[in-house]
Amino acid sequence: MNMQTFLQHFINALSLGGIYALIAIGYTMVYGILRLINFAHGDVFTYGIYFAFYAVVAFFFPWWMAFIFSIFVTALLGAAIERVAYRPLRNAPRISALITAIGVSFFLENFAIVAFGGRAKSFNPQTGIYPTTFLKMLRFGNIRVPLLTFLTLGVVALVLIVLLWIVYHTKVGMAMRAISKDITATRLMGVNADRIVSFTFMIGSGLAAIGGILWAMKYPQIYPFTGMIPGLKAFIAAVVGGIGSIQGAMIGGFTLGVAEIMIVAFFPSWAGYKDAFAYAILLVMLLFRPTGILGVDVPEKV
Amino acid sequence: MQRKTLSTKTQFFLTLFLVLGIWFLLFLAKNNASEYVILILNLIAINVIFATTLTFINGITGIFSLGHAGFIAIGAYVSSLLTLPIEQKEMSFLIKPLIYPLNKVEMSFFPACIIAGLVSALFGYIVAAPSLRLIGDYLAIATLGLGETIRIIANNTWSITNGALGLKAIPPYTNLWWTWGWAFVTVLVIASLVKSSYGRALKAIREDSLAAKAMGINVFSHQVMSFVLGSFFAGIGGALWAHLITTIDPKSFMFVKTFEILIMTVLGGLGSISGAIIGAAIYTVGLEFLRVLEAPFSIGSITFPGIPGMRMVVLSLLLILLMLFWRRGIMGRRELSWNGLYNFLRRIRFSSRGDRA
Repeated sequence: MNMQTFLQHFINALSLGGIYALIAIGYTMVYGILRLINFAHGDVFTYGIYFAFYAVVAFFFPWWMAFIFSIFVTALLGAAIERVAYRPLRNAPRISALITAIGVSFFLENFAIVAFGGRAKSFNPQTGIYPTTFLKMLRFGNIRVPLLTFLTLGVVALVLIVLLWIVYHTKVGMAMRAISKDITATRLMGVNADRIVSFTFMIGSGLAAIGGILWAMKYPQIYPFTGMIPGLKAFIAAVVGGIGSIQGAMIGGFTLGVAEIMIVAFFPSWAGYKDAFAYAILLVMLLFRPTGILGVDVPEKV
Repeated sequence: MQRKTLSTKTQFFLTLFLVLGIWFLLFLAKNNASEYVILILNLIAINVIFATTLTFINGITGIFSLGHAGFIAIGAYVSSLLTLPIEQKEMSFLIKPLIYPLNKVEMSFFPACIIAGLVSALFGYIVAAPSLRLIGDYLAIATLGLGETIRIIANNTWSITNGALGLKAIPPYTNLWWTWGWAFVTVLVIASLVKSSYGRALKAIREDSLAAKAMGINVFSHQVMSFVLGSFFAGIGGALWAHLITTIDPKSFMFVKTFEILIMTVLGGLGSISGAIIGAAIYTVGLEFLRVLEAPFSIGSITFPGIPGMRMVVLSLLLILLMLFWRRGIMGRRELSWNGLYNFLRRIRFSSRGDRA
């Protein structure tokens, strides 16, 4: 493989990794404060795409308004899921919350089949969902980079800066960090913990919607199970990066995206096992460094 | 009123009568019931096997495993590859021929089942060793990943599993005797284990693995044994299932399969073997009744088309509602027993006498 092909694959990998990173942040923030794997996050991602799709197709919004609409509605969906399904189980065993999350995930998937239909819908610029300029190829020597890749990386960088500012430089962020240490003590300090948790879910789900829209521009077929595999992979990315850490989710997302594309690029005959690599990476990571790249070791309480 | 216990002998005979009673009912069903009813009865027994093994792993030992579908897949594939007639194998494997020892083998059902169970148990052992170092949610995700990996491998190894095309025309060996017989053996083995000192050690691990370790229980080897036993019977269940539906492909073993079994165990009460049996039966029969939702229906002269996929919406809602409002399930962690029934009947009699006096 020559340098040029390598760079071409690498750029492709970066845009995929960026999307994984955006979804992984949602997992990592929720896990960080509630110790809950939000299994439904991948399906929230799917709903983000569908909201944007229907805003254009059914409500005739201009594309940029549709995208903003989708981000807000998806954020509300995330907060609603937390309110209805997870909040009543806050003091229940963690396994119960996990089973509920699996239930919510299946509910969202199957409800999407009933409500949006099981057949794949096309999210491509020919139908006017977004301008074709996003798919324009820019040439750098012999390497072709779609504008979308720059867009993805720009969005990821912006999100990272804004999130780090929120978490480390605002009152809300301080409350989030406090909840992740000890939710009861935080409540006693006069923080409305439920509101902070809702806010966290809104941020995570909004980012999932952004990730979803970028994903749909990259892979324009959408169907009710779109979010399942990217959701699982983003979760793995969050674990690899160190669950609970925003920078970790970023690193994990890019690691996973690059690993996935590169393995297939170097060993094309393994392409069928593409989805199994993520699990292999997860298993190796969990065995040798269970806290992830940036994670902090939390000792087991007796 | 103090509780009275029945003697072991009485309990044994009561159980014997119950088993003979079920045997007689099955005999009647085999000769008189329609094919549809027999299919449902078979499915109930197979689901009892799945639910009991998952309860044993998740509820009794406290390993939250989500990889059950993978072991079912292994059982189904191994047994089908052993029982498929040689000519059928040559016809099915279009893309790549089947590898050597498998393409010359044709076995009867029982040894194929046992081998399927053993291979599944072996995989259980391989999977258990690394993933049991993890705890809680991490274990759940790792086992989910391993289960999916088994499916992805089945989807790609064309010369063994026939890839995405799957296996067709598997001989329909499964009948009521096989399914209910295996269900009986599974429940018997697992229930006796749970009652033994081994089972108490498993429950101790579930409650607090650190404390169990401090009491001198080898936590890791107990968990591995429980996992391996669970996967053995899950593999046999898979073999029975494959020979019932006669067509399998990797899509039959998606995560949905594990999800269905999880609903059965949660419905029955996570941690109760009798609960798992009740849950499996209710789920299987209930799923058939829910078909109404997907069939077209008419109000007055207007006919509404059926809504495909509505059953799964209802099922997932059911799981969420169960977790929110009835986390204990039907049985909680209690078990049905002759003593319990006896005391229950006595209490009814006493209280009715009390009313008269």
